[in-house]
Amino acid sequence: MHLFYLPRREAITLAVFALVVLTMPVWLVPFGAAYPGLMQKFAIFAIFAVGYNILFGLTGYLSFGHAAFLGVGSYTAVWSFKLMTMNVIPAMIFAVVVAGLFALVIGFVSLRRSGIYFAILTLAFAQMCYNLAYSVLTPITNGETALQLTMNDPRVLDLMFVEREAGLPSPSLLGQAMTGIEAFYLVAVVLLIAFYVAQKIFVSPFGMMLRAIKSNQTRMHYTGFNTRPYALTAFVISGMYAGLAGALLAATDPLAGAERMQWTASGEVVLMTILGGVGTLIGPIVGAWLIKYFENIFSGFNDAMLHRTFSWLPDGVQDVVVSVASRFVGEGWHLSLGLIFVLVVVFLPGGVMEGVRRIASLFGKRREPGGDGALKTIPAE
Amino acid sequence: MTDTPGNVVLHVADVHKRFGGLHALADIDLQVEEGQTHAIIGPNGAGKSTLLNVIIGKLAPTSGAVVFDGNVLTGRKPYEINQLGISRVFQTPEIFTDLSVLHNVMIPALARRDGAYKLNMLRALTKETAIRAEAEAMLEDVGMIASRDMLAGSLSRGDKRRMELAMCLIQHPRLLLLDEPTAGMSRHDTNTTIELLKKIKSRGMTKVIIEHDMHVVFSLADKISVLAQGRIIADGSPDQVRGNPKVQEAYLGGTH
Repeated sequence: MHLFYLPRREAITLAVFALVVLTMPVWLVPFGAAYPGLMQKFAIFAIFAVGYNILFGLTGYLSFGHAAFLGVGSYTAVWSFKLMTMNVIPAMIFAVVVAGLFALVIGFVSLRRSGIYFAILTLAFAQMCYNLAYSVLTPITNGETALQLTMNDPRVLDLMFVEREAGLPSPSLLGQAMTGIEAFYLVAVVLLIAFYVAQKIFVSPFGMMLRAIKSNQTRMHYTGFNTRPYALTAFVISGMYAGLAGALLAATDPLAGAERMQWTASGEVVLMTILGGVGTLIGPIVGAWLIKYFENIFSGFNDAMLHRTFSWLPDGVQDVVVSVASRFVGEGWHLSLGLIFVLVVVFLPGGVMEGVRRIASLFGKRREPGGDGALKTIPAE
Repeated sequence: MTDTPGNVVLHVADVHKRFGGLHALADIDLQVEEGQTHAIIGPNGAGKSTLLNVIIGKLAPTSGAVVFDGNVLTGRKPYEINQLGISRVFQTPEIFTDLSVLHNVMIPALARRDGAYKLNMLRALTKETAIRAEAEAMLEDVGMIASRDMLAGSLSRGDKRRMELAMCLIQHPRLLLLDEPTAGMSRHDTNTTIELLKKIKSRGMTKVIIEHDMHVVFSLADKISVLAQGRIIADGSPDQVRGNPKVQEAYLGGTH
């Protein structure tokens, strides 16, 4: 039973989270974000962020190169589609394994240093991977045109059973083509599994060791721990999560380009994690959703929509408001995101989750006079 | 390699340490016997910290060797030395400030059980009932059970030291190294720390204490070695050392 056990609080979190994810097509409607393509992205980048947080949130090692593993996962998945089968399961497995191997090598070298030097090393490796993909390894990655499916891919496993059909096939699971809402549910289920695994790590002794490494590495050494393999394990696990996210990107849209590995993509997952709340389970997911929402919805706003929104204002004022606001939407969505990021980091260093905690404790105080949570006894499991 | 008599746990054999032209340690020969509390005292700059760093392998001696229970410590990594059975208390408590007191004490217990690395990922921490019970008993022992769910970083200096001691004691080390355990503490915290050290003294654990505060040492030690200018100038029981004129001159005379 140890294998699947979760403490009660975590089990409840998982159940609520599952409900939230699976009902996305409903509750995202008022936000204008309930279309499958975007919801797939929400789920995929949540996986990326959850995995990244296992490294950054628990051990404190700030990697600036995790997009490399995402890209490796995408390329591996597309090659699995091309050479073997359009089934998404083997593609995901290969992507996780190959990304894990990349993470093992890069992590092994990078973890010889810590702090800023570690960050720079991971950045350097990721840029190397990007350049390899973009130009050097074009036979494997197809360079700037991006790796795509073609009509005469071997697909040995598929073609053993089925005749080649006209038109490009799409990734599938048990004969069901993975497009639109079906693809969203596939990705959502994978996200829930990934979330559950992360929860297992968070509540395990291994997870506590990772937190202890972040807290005081010297004490860890003098307590008898060899910290490097612990950090390396965390690095590889987070690389595998990134590979899985990359495979799912390829599964929902079977094409892999080098830009997925660029340093801006690595930076994005750092932003997601910090924005949502470093070291919390839910935080990075909230961060990922906020950033993807801004990128896809805010960027779609235009002047006409703003005029409609502010139509209740008198004409002159309306024009001024719209011209100011238009700087922050559409092309300018980065500006709003940057502002939010600055505000969060300055006023809520623990990210959105710290905000949630503060609000919760405001309400909690009333019920629990003098509620010093730290002194409460832990209920028996 | 070095011939160690049966009851000597730690043998510092002919250790010299030079930093450039400075002879920081010269001709140090120390034998720490099983079950004893051995204090190394000396005025500031006498080489106490250098000696401790040589013992725990942080500094390599220019010549000589440190042998613990038949194992040469020189050149080993801190975690290997700990796994051999040596725990260390630092001058400034080294603790996990953003973990709870209970977790701080559970971690060393896990290090003893699981070794230097174990991928213990499938089991929940809350199911580690044996380790948890052990940690709670240890906290009870040092009188800190009430603060077990507090963040370690929010403890007072004296409580941090007590907790760090608990973190070392739970490993049941064969040798406990204490580097100025009362440095920078208020009188009250110093006294509670001394009381605690006296309490654990009866357990027969071998201890090496580095101290410059004579008051702390004379009430605790079975044997004292006095270090001055990198050399051991006196060696013996507290009474022998107290009466030694060389100590009076070099140590007591030197400070004032």
